[in-house]
Amino acid sequence: MGKRVGVEVSIAAADAVGMANVDVVAAYPITPQTHIVEHLSDLVANGKLDAEFIPVESEHSAMSVCCGSSALGARTFTCTSSQGLALMNEIVFIAASMRLPIVMILANRSLSGPLSIWNDHTDVMSVRDCGWIQVFTETGQEVFDHVMWAFRVAEDRQVSLPVIINMDGFILTHVIEPIEFWDPAMVKQYLPDFSPINVLNPDHPTTVGGFGMPGIYTEAKVAQNEALVKSKPHILKAWQELGAVTGRYYQPVETYKIDGAETVFLSMGSTGDTVAMAVDELRAQGKPVGLIKLRLWRPFPFEELRLAAKGAKRLIIIDRAVSYGGPGGPVASEIRSAFYGEKEMPVVTNFICGLAGRDVTPEDYIAIYSKSEKMAQGQVRQEDYVFYGVRE
Amino acid sequence: MAKTIKSETDLTWKELEVGCVVSDAGNASQYKTGDWRSMRPIVDKSKCIRCGVCYIFCPDMAIRKTEENYFEADLYYCKGCGICAQECFTGCIAMVPEEE
Repeated sequence: MGKRVGVEVSIAAADAVGMANVDVVAAYPITPQTHIVEHLSDLVANGKLDAEFIPVESEHSAMSVCCGSSALGARTFTCTSSQGLALMNEIVFIAASMRLPIVMILANRSLSGPLSIWNDHTDVMSVRDCGWIQVFTETGQEVFDHVMWAFRVAEDRQVSLPVIINMDGFILTHVIEPIEFWDPAMVKQYLPDFSPINVLNPDHPTTVGGFGMPGIYTEAKVAQNEALVKSKPHILKAWQELGAVTGRYYQPVETYKIDGAETVFLSMGSTGDTVAMAVDELRAQGKPVGLIKLRLWRPFPFEELRLAAKGAKRLIIIDRAVSYGGPGGPVASEIRSAFYGEKEMPVVTNFICGLAGRDVTPEDYIAIYSKSEKMAQGQVRQEDYVFYGVRE
Repeated sequence: MAKTIKSETDLTWKELEVGCVVSDAGNASQYKTGDWRSMRPIVDKSKCIRCGVCYIFCPDMAIRKTEENYFEADLYYCKGCGICAQECFTGCIAMVPEEE
């Protein structure tokens, strides 16, 4: 077993990247991701990590460097937040279409404006359709484990896709948690060397990132979509084997007190723990309430979600991003789509809360539950979403 | 010599390389750009002085030298940009619409 230490989650995340024996890190510092990149820079500068640390001049360059190094067959990592992700946006999409297994930690932070450095999910939702595997974490331990998992999945030759690990800014990045570090033998057992499908090499010239005329673009997109959809069994296998190594078993959709629940909360990321506290309190009051925590966001786990919510009459979807003028928060609209056409469709209420780091407490989730139960007595349409806690 | 690959309009999505990598160098020569053309260069040999300025200026190297040392466009590649006609000293190259 690994050693359990109290450490800032950002430092542990960077140490995990180092332990994964990364070859290239190209990143630009941005709050709240900064400590991860700084610590990786330290590791390389102090000779503790044999890797290239490339301090680029912008996130656009960071992702461009990552594409180049990954195409050369180097294990590649980057890390960003919010505006940094927005600036690298163009290349994020290209990395997926080129099937480059880059791993990125996204320390989730709200997108400007107004300018804010605090936590919500508006950044990741802006790249919902970028083609990367996308996963959410709730604790520092999950972040550490998922660094190993992400390299393992991304570099699987049956997958060959980039992975985003979402970790809530400040709530995870800046807290000190007890984290069990893997020992090197565990890493060696779990994470094989990177053996890329294609490698840029002047001895065997190839072209990557070419253009596609109308005659081939559709086929290219279908191939890319199929790759993402079909990555799921490999994702599940990597979680299974991670469980065998660490004793911690992760699922695409995780549940809490779901048995007999008529009303089920659905949340993503670090707020899951807070919702669970509200569920405990509501259960103590005799209310049949449960919780679904969506870990895997892409490829979307339709089957697992429907199975987890089976029997639920009402779903309360917690969104931490806004789709301006759209059908509510991005998570709620996807959950509704997942149930549309099913024989038993739960009533979906949608609460947008915790924007830009605004605190949402267990009491708030209990209030959300009460409001949702009231709403669910009438018709709830997709445009009936609620900005919880807004001052009128 | 690069292996012959299927045309972009025949390949199915299952036949694409991972990440759409072009794994074999040199097959760009198989790419027909001639069908982009709306105007075609026609050479009046009576005015041509065989100087080769059209050959030098062609941005796609789609002009070749014939056995009589005249220059003619390879219509498999020529996109019909008209630079050869613009640069020709004697005005011996005319651009005519493809449908003529």
